[in-house]
Amino acid sequence: MAKIQGAIVVETDRCKGCELCMYACPQNVIAMSDEVNSITRNYAYMAHPEACTGCTNCATICPDGYISVYRVKVEE
Amino acid sequence: MEEKEVKLMKGNEAIAEAAIRAGADAYYGYPITPQTEVMEYLMETDAYARTGMVVLQAESEVSAINMVYGAAATGHRVMTSSSSPGISLMSEGISYIAGAELPCLLINVSRGGPGLGTIQPSQADYFQTVKGGGHGDYKLLTLAPKSVQEMADFIALGFDLAFKYRNPVMILSDGALGQMMEKIALPEQRPRLSEYPDWATNGTPEGMERRYVTSLNLHPAQHELVNQRLQAKYRQMQAEEVRYELIQCEDAEYIIVAFGIIARIAQKSIEMARAKGHKVGLFRPISLFPFPTKEIEALANEKRVKGFLSVELNAGQMVEDVRLAVEGRKPIGFFGRLGGMVPMPEEIENALYRQFGL
Amino acid sequence: MDPKDIIKPENLVYRKSRLMSDNTFNFCPGCGHGLVVRTIAEVIEEMGIEHDVIGISPVGCSVFLYDFYKFDVVEAAHGRACAVATGIKRVQPDKFVFTYQGDGDLAAIGTGETMHACNRGENIVIVFINNGIYGMTGGQMAPTTLEGMKTTTCPRGRDVKTMGYPLNITPLLAQLDGVCYVTRHSVHTPANVRKLKKALRTAFENQRDKKGTSIVEVVSNCNSGWGMSPKAANEWMVENMFKKYPLGDIKVDGKLVMDMNAPR
Repeated sequence: MAKIQGAIVVETDRCKGCELCMYACPQNVIAMSDEVNSITRNYAYMAHPEACTGCTNCATICPDGYISVYRVKVEE
Repeated sequence: MEEKEVKLMKGNEAIAEAAIRAGADAYYGYPITPQTEVMEYLMETDAYARTGMVVLQAESEVSAINMVYGAAATGHRVMTSSSSPGISLMSEGISYIAGAELPCLLINVSRGGPGLGTIQPSQADYFQTVKGGGHGDYKLLTLAPKSVQEMADFIALGFDLAFKYRNPVMILSDGALGQMMEKIALPEQRPRLSEYPDWATNGTPEGMERRYVTSLNLHPAQHELVNQRLQAKYRQMQAEEVRYELIQCEDAEYIIVAFGIIARIAQKSIEMARAKGHKVGLFRPISLFPFPTKEIEALANEKRVKGFLSVELNAGQMVEDVRLAVEGRKPIGFFGRLGGMVPMPEEIENALYRQFGL
Repeated sequence: MDPKDIIKPENLVYRKSRLMSDNTFNFCPGCGHGLVVRTIAEVIEEMGIEHDVIGISPVGCSVFLYDFYKFDVVEAAHGRACAVATGIKRVQPDKFVFTYQGDGDLAAIGTGETMHACNRGENIVIVFINNGIYGMTGGQMAPTTLEGMKTTTCPRGRDVKTMGYPLNITPLLAQLDGVCYVTRHSVHTPANVRKLKKALRTAFENQRDKKGTSIVEVVSNCNSGWGMSPKAANEWMVENMFKKYPLGDIKVDGKLVMDMNAPR
């Protein structure tokens, strides 16, 4: 059976920490970091990468366009 | 050489016809007396059918000047005309155009103010035109015609100067010049622009760095540089674009300084004074900015020159620039009529005698 | 599978439009502006018209648009975007011209310019961000501020008796004959962003087909101005703004499709 797996790349140093991607993620992949970036924001990151389906919701809702999404089909 | 086409025309009509022939791309305007015939003529003669020149009646002067701003940003030859209250409304947009360094041609067929004032001719917008009008340190390259012929001739010249300096050019005329009819030689038809400057925001072709137009700059150090560049441009105008006319100044002891329509009347006054044995000349600034400061200073340095009389259709505006040029070397008088009144040649002649005890 | 094995150019399914510059938006964290600005770029990129497009960015949070796009942009005075767009479009009718205006720009200081451009049926796209507040100047009352809503210039809430009513301007504009398309969207969920993108595409296609004025309103948040977190602002918007400014098409292909008399 084929499974879709995704991954995201966040521009963590520019992320403004608005959290909209975290709430938009249907798989709860994204969390906010405990540490802050150079603009003193807690940035978004993949806390549960294995759950990512590459649905692009997070990137679509990121106001600043700081998220890129990658997706592959994995044969199991 | 072929003879030029000669026609009897109103000043306002001459502006419109000359604009079409200058290859203007667009006119955006709003009706106001005494310049409404400009747009009427452009519509009546169907400028669009003749050359493809766009003519559009805006909903206000505020809108018209911002349409001018838009078309100017795309590198097109664009113009508007209005009269004093309308120019006040346009002042915001004019400041933006100057700040964004865009070329355009503005025409003020001015009338008496302040407020709604009168529809009769006046030169009370001198300060507004050459000292600011809108906000910020900017200058309008200003040409003052004295005849219907010059109204026509300054259109193509105005466009060319606007593009040379990327700066708005103002033709400051008045209700008399706009309304009076004279025989003029019409300029040749020249083509509209087919190529646009490389700063023009008209859709960046592939492989080119995209363009943008703005007058905004939040960094004060950078914005000081922008202002310094503007000032350098104005200094270049001062060095290269001073225009004036001297009439019988070679031996003159008294010099009348006057621009526009009143210079025409003063020309008659000096003839009358000379007939009575007084050596009087006329200095007519054609460019009001840049003002012919050095040229007036040179006259003030002449030993034979005993005084100047600034004659204006206002309460004394250009006279301040004459004073700055003369710098106390010689006495300066002022004679003006206000509120749309235009003096007879005798009034100017008598003012001269009164001022200098002749 | 390890994310690093997935993150390869051939697996890329979403990136920000290549028509966006690398400059950082001046918008606050979570602001809807960024989404609208980005979505416009995506539509222009997908239509392949970036060499023929000129954007107009008037005063407001919209004013720095030229810093963010890699195509031609003209900054405009407050309220004058539609006049500037007219000036450009009339001399270059085959180019794509759009304005990007806030509620203060479009519905207060620039009402006249907007209404008359629409009435002339200027063949342009008007993108209208309605967040019920003046964001750039720090949260003052806008024409679209809701009744009772607090801003710095109505600190006890908008009193409609003295300050006027919230101005629902797009249905007014929709009634003008020159206008072919009016639609109202939001960007608070990914699905809504995707709907907005379709609407913007329709608007630019209308311009290509010379159908007249297209207006795309986006009811958006101003979490800084409203004094809320981005998430809370979006929830407040759904609950309050959408009642006064319901989403959906208002006019399509020159025909009014929203019932103006329907209770809100």
